Amino acid sequence: MTSAALNSTPAILPGSGGMRGALSDLFWRRPQLLLLLMLLPPVLWLGIVYIGSLFALLAQSFFSIDEFSGLINRQFTLKTYGDLLQAANLDIILRTVTMAALVTLASAVVAFPIAYYAARYARGRWKALFYLGVMLPLWSSYLVKIYAWKLILAKEGILTWLLAKLHLLWLLDAWLSLPVVGGNSLSVSFTGTFIVFVYVWLPFMILPVQAALERVPGNLVEASSDLGASPGQTFRNVLFPLALPGIVAGSIFTFSLTLGDYIIPQIIGTSRLFIGQAVYSQQGTAGNIPLAAAFTVVPIVIMSFYLWGAKRMGAFDAL
Amino acid sequence: MTSAVSFQKVSRHFGSVRAVDAVDLDIAPGEFFAMLGPSGSGKTTCLRLIAGFEQPTSGSISIFGERAEGVPPYRRNVNTVFQDYALFPHLNVLDNVAYGLMVKRVGKAERHKAAEEALSLVRLPGYGARRPGQLSGGQRQRVALARALVNQPKVLLLDEPLGALDLKLRENMQEELKSLQKALGITFVFVTHDQGEALSMADRVAVFNDGRIMQIGTPEDIYQRPSTRFVADFVGSSNVLPPDFVQRYSGQRRWGSLRPESIRVGRAASGEGVAARLVGTNYLGATTRLALDADGLRLHAIVPAGTKLPAEGEAVVLTFNRESLHLMDEAV
Repeated sequence: MTSAALNSTPAILPGSGGMRGALSDLFWRRPQLLLLLMLLPPVLWLGIVYIGSLFALLAQSFFSIDEFSGLINRQFTLKTYGDLLQAANLDIILRTVTMAALVTLASAVVAFPIAYYAARYARGRWKALFYLGVMLPLWSSYLVKIYAWKLILAKEGILTWLLAKLHLLWLLDAWLSLPVVGGNSLSVSFTGTFIVFVYVWLPFMILPVQAALERVPGNLVEASSDLGASPGQTFRNVLFPLALPGIVAGSIFTFSLTLGDYIIPQIIGTSRLFIGQAVYSQQGTAGNIPLAAAFTVVPIVIMSFYLWGAKRMGAFDAL
Repeated sequence: MTSAVSFQKVSRHFGSVRAVDAVDLDIAPGEFFAMLGPSGSGKTTCLRLIAGFEQPTSGSISIFGERAEGVPPYRRNVNTVFQDYALFPHLNVLDNVAYGLMVKRVGKAERHKAAEEALSLVRLPGYGARRPGQLSGGQRQRVALARALVNQPKVLLLDEPLGALDLKLRENMQEELKSLQKALGITFVFVTHDQGEALSMADRVAVFNDGRIMQIGTPEDIYQRPSTRFVADFVGSSNVLPPDFVQRYSGQRRWGSLRPESIRVGRAASGEGVAARLVGTNYLGATTRLALDADGLRLHAIVPAGTKLPAEGEAVVLTFNRESLHLMDEAV
């Protein structure tokens, strides 16, 4: 730039003029105003439509149903929560929580090596392939995947066929003859429900674990090894503790999604109910909205405790 | 006597890149050995070969007489101070220092006592309960040092240990490392790209370039008698003189080097010498560095502060003692 040009340029440029210019200047001077405008619609949506209906639901759980007329008695009572403690209902809760815990555990075990590979070794094209592989199942309909699994797990399905070819059918039969986890075929057993739950929620575990591992500097693993730790010791003392927030973050998804799901156990599994199915049938055919609402409160309470524990473990730093 | 570390024709290739290329090296027990070179010269790869993070493509490495190829890092009694310290963020300082003893299944009371001792050794007593994130760079450096020393390694490897520290701290740590090494008698191998650091701390220096060792010797050897143009230029930015120039003053047609501090700058009228023109000055505090142009040849001279300097662009005459002109081995 010549010195003449340098001299003729003003130090402060004129405003660009018009509405947009004035608005830009206003937002620059008052950033809170812009923030307010951006946040207002989502806050209204969350506040009224979402939280509001949640509270309406909560209120319902304190009503009761008249057993003769089937009408809702709009008087405050804890009777519905008492009903929740009946053996049959308690059974449903216990079954669902156990399933959610097992699914979470299995997801963590299956996800860790995949996430570790992606965080440590996959580069460039392989990394893209990893993301595609993990995300691709999420693009197709959830129902399609579940029905596909029903066929896979059915007595005439590919899994039985494969095991027969491998002369391992006795193993499957032995497993299916076990109480609780067994059944006529995998597609009508809790084992089947479990397998499909793990499959469907796995991406929600892999991604946060991968994010957590991605943030572990590679030289920490080297440092551990340098200080005399065998690979197993390095895993226990360095990798696992540092990945734990990611695992907990992932488990929030797998645990809460399993707690609330009512489609998978309906299509694949036994006739015994899970919480989601109980809610579905109570508010539908049975018309017992208060009990359905009380059932809905159960996962909310469990998840509140779970999130509180997870927060203390630093899980939200990994999200 | 067996060497602390011995390399025989060691190469480490990454695909077509020869990170380390047929390196021969012997480091004596108890020695403070520096590996000096620009980035990408192979010095860090050599360190990683000793630590066991890399395996040689060919050649053999022995540590105190024992063959080290195929031995994983966790079975080598060698410890590393990493460039960015690599402290475990989920452990406090005491557990960081005690880590090596913990994985060797030393009891809790005993390893904590040893860790406390190591922390006092690096002058950080009572810092055990803090997290690495709460420490300054210099303190982290000391913790990393304590964490390595607590294992009483046969060889301590330091990868650019002072690179991230500011000047004042770096000077302090240089002295401290040196006296620590003397007191403990452990073989120290340290990698640096800072020639001043290498010269001031090491007993011997290996100068690396392009995966090869250009010269090994005492700091004085390296500084006063560089064997190649690269060494002369890299270690202390000597003036590298072309054969034609050297022939005029020494009679031999060889590449030569001339330390900037051995050049005297005089007035143009003051008789014989190399005619030059002053093109720039850098004020460095205790000294001033002059950039000179001698008929197209760029030379640097360093004069003490307070010397009366000619103006920029003025003609000057350069003189030097014949003996300070060093002839290099490198063929023309």
